[in-house]
Amino acid sequence: MPSSNSKEFINGAKATIPMIIGAIPFGIIFGTLAESSGLSIWGAMAMSLFVYAGSSQFIAVGLLATGAGPVIIIGTTLVVNMRHLLYSTALVDKVKHLSQGWRALLAFGLTDESFAVVNARYLDGSDNSRAHWFFLGSIAAMYGNWQLCTWLGIGLGELFPDMTNWGLDFAMSVTFLGIVIPYLRNKPMWLAVISAATFAMVLRDLPHQLGLVAAAISGICIGYASQQICLRLSPKSVNNAQERDQNKGATNNE
Amino acid sequence: MNEVIIITGMFLVTFSVRYVMFAMAGRIVFPAWFQQALAYVPPVVLSAIIAPLILMPQGHLDISLENPYFWAALVAAGVGFWRQHLLTTIMVGMISFALLKWMTS
Repeated sequence: MPSSNSKEFINGAKATIPMIIGAIPFGIIFGTLAESSGLSIWGAMAMSLFVYAGSSQFIAVGLLATGAGPVIIIGTTLVVNMRHLLYSTALVDKVKHLSQGWRALLAFGLTDESFAVVNARYLDGSDNSRAHWFFLGSIAAMYGNWQLCTWLGIGLGELFPDMTNWGLDFAMSVTFLGIVIPYLRNKPMWLAVISAATFAMVLRDLPHQLGLVAAAISGICIGYASQQICLRLSPKSVNNAQERDQNKGATNNE
Repeated sequence: MNEVIIITGMFLVTFSVRYVMFAMAGRIVFPAWFQQALAYVPPVVLSAIIAPLILMPQGHLDISLENPYFWAALVAAGVGFWRQHLLTTIMVGMISFALLKWMTS
């Protein structure tokens, strides 16, 4: 029934609208920053087309501007994008019946934003037999918007060279803030997030975004260690909290 | 050329991380400790990215009234915890930011 496939596709795109609103200024600022970092117009466009990972693109242009080389940039991208391993681990049971081509396509578009939307769809209890079309709809909307905004940003950056000072990067910050909030359900998660944020600020001046990498690793270790301590102290409460998280999913955006 | 190497490399690492689990279709099973640690990765990385942007936009810690990033993020976080609705959080954050930036400029 193609009609219900297209309905799922459209619903996926619609459910992604909140994420698109946050991504518009963020995509534009990426386009404007790319030029001042020394990336060519084609390089900026190719990064959005092929890498398609907003936060690491943002970090990559920041690194380029400081003169970092390919190894540093690619290594930082790997660390920053390791979180997608969690997303794909969470969704693998929902897509494993699909062809390899479908799986590759859905994996390519597995951003923070589409994961948040699609994971909520898979967990809402309705029929999932066509939900991969919903997934694809979310990706298509997010991807199309990202290309358009990158292109727009490149053009606007040439018209308004001072645009990088307008604070459009706040759109990325507030979108990520909105994605982080639903995770904050128990003490270990709070501790992990607060320590990562603190380390990121204290170590901000380390070269090559090493502060970000160190902050992320410390946050994960502190979160995991405090979870183990909580488990020893009161095994029941943490287990219950984790079960609740898994049932509700990491996000409840609607 | 440098640009081609950087973009190809970024594509390869990003796509590999996103695809490896889907490609293996559940045949990779991580040990329990790894799965538990992985659960912390998204909120930790995202907050490590945004904390310096929000709290030190000029390169030093700034929670004065002159820093619209901090106050708009605070308002957005308050609304986020209260409503648990992403679009509302993003919209309120962006509108507060625009207002604060306009007021402080």
